[in-house]
Amino acid sequence: MKIAEALELFSQTDPGMVRSHNEDSVACEPVCGLAVLADGMGGYNAGEVASGIAVSVVATEVSHRLLNSSPVEISENGGEELGVALLRENIQKANASIFHAAQSQPQYAGMGTTIVSALFYDNRVAVGHVGDSRMYRLRGENLESITHDHSLLQEQLDSGMISLEDARMSKNKNLVTRAVGIDAHVDSEIHVHDVLVGDIYLLCSDGLNDMVEDDDIQTTLFALQGNLPLAASQLIQMANDNGGRDNVSVILVKVKGRFSVPRGLLARILNWFKK
Amino acid sequence: MAAKLILSMDGGIIKEYPLNKERITIGRKAHNDIIIDNLAVSGEHAAVVTILNDSFLEDLDSTNGLEVNGKPAKKHFLQNNDVIEIGKYKLKYITDQITQTTPEDFERTMVLRAPAKKEEVVPAGNKPAEPQGATKVQPGGKPVKEDAPDSTGKFDSFKVGQATTQTFAQTNPGIKSPTSGGTKPSEQKQVAVVQVLTGPNAGKELELVKNLTTLGKPGLQVAVITRRPHGFFITHVEGENFPLVNGRALTNQAHQLNEHDVIELAGIKMEFYFKG
Repeated sequence: MKIAEALELFSQTDPGMVRSHNEDSVACEPVCGLAVLADGMGGYNAGEVASGIAVSVVATEVSHRLLNSSPVEISENGGEELGVALLRENIQKANASIFHAAQSQPQYAGMGTTIVSALFYDNRVAVGHVGDSRMYRLRGENLESITHDHSLLQEQLDSGMISLEDARMSKNKNLVTRAVGIDAHVDSEIHVHDVLVGDIYLLCSDGLNDMVEDDDIQTTLFALQGNLPLAASQLIQMANDNGGRDNVSVILVKVKGRFSVPRGLLARILNWFKK
Repeated sequence: MAAKLILSMDGGIIKEYPLNKERITIGRKAHNDIIIDNLAVSGEHAAVVTILNDSFLEDLDSTNGLEVNGKPAKKHFLQNNDVIEIGKYKLKYITDQITQTTPEDFERTMVLRAPAKKEEVVPAGNKPAEPQGATKVQPGGKPVKEDAPDSTGKFDSFKVGQATTQTFAQTNPGIKSPTSGGTKPSEQKQVAVVQVLTGPNAGKELELVKNLTTLGKPGLQVAVITRRPHGFFITHVEGENFPLVNGRALTNQAHQLNEHDVIELAGIKMEFYFKG
């Protein structure tokens, strides 16, 4: 099955109930199975600029490269699969663009963004992220966060300094320990996960998971998996009903079929003709 | 002003200690930041680690231990007005962090940098210990409403039709046991209910105590009733036919339910009303 047929993607973003503008950006490229979400930060409109740059760089560059190459090829530098290498290189590229814009334009000084990006290929998904935007997976009835926040609170949780219950009371919520565009280099975290038919993936900004408990996200996704647009608007509505203190963005990806990369002789010959 | 500890004994205040260092130690020996010269106090008794606006109390394996608000504690995330007891001595933790910051500041996304490369929004005196890179601050209060414990509740779904011999309780393939939500609707004045009017389950009631309740049969026709602060709404989820409310088909929009509305779904009629 082609990737565009095997996946259903839906994205929605909302400024929330308090903020006047939306610093989140989202993009989906169904043809190559790519979803990107970023939550920008910085004064005035710098947050929007940062998240906008991040999302457009990753979305356009990755989908452009995949027009003529397969994500399972081994990339020339580093020996990684191209799918993984593309996420890593382009998050780095987005980082450089934001960093340079922030250096050259005083009104953008200090801007930055989180990012979470997912590239589906060959019955797998490569997930690259920086900061506290998350990707969840609903498999059967189990909802699980498959990204690990780069945040102070998460580090405190990991070190056992603070319990999960106490974490809700922390005044240091949402201090991220990594962000795109803050320094000349960014260290993105990339993992590859196997994908099963029936899985639902949720990429979201912290405006969702700070306002809505994981249990509620789980019930919503499980109950409304037959209707992604409704599930997305329900998630945003719950965040807003609980106060909507931040921008809230979601991308939902439903896996409807398998999407192996053809590897046979025929595929290779066809590929050769393409070149 | 930073958070502070107020040392007292028998109701008399001895001294105030600002938490202006990342780690403040409490003990009998002279090298401690807070020295309590009493034999019941260990040489190094406890430490308070402050990271930005959060302070954590830690017992340093003291002989006699310590209590926080009357309970023995090894490690504790300090909240405003907590009272730490070491022997006869009391240390009250005071932080005015919340009142100092406007709600707008709380929600603002900010960037914190550990290496001092730019004058960023790092509050004075706070030096995060992270060796690397950037830190984003979105100091958030507690976003999830205190008064909504059952908003975290689970939802029930029940199937209409088909399950001829089963009772409602058995046809609840709820993800978690409905009773595990822990919140009884008794605090609310009224409980919204859907009662089945026709079909094999006629007469059965379903209390809408969860945020989401799905109705119908997956693959055939499913609708969801969502509970929101200002009422209950029904929305079509899947299936070719849209549910009817009072004989009129729903659109793609959520429809607010009024008392005694009749919902028709997969050939089964149900009435929505408030009980109690």
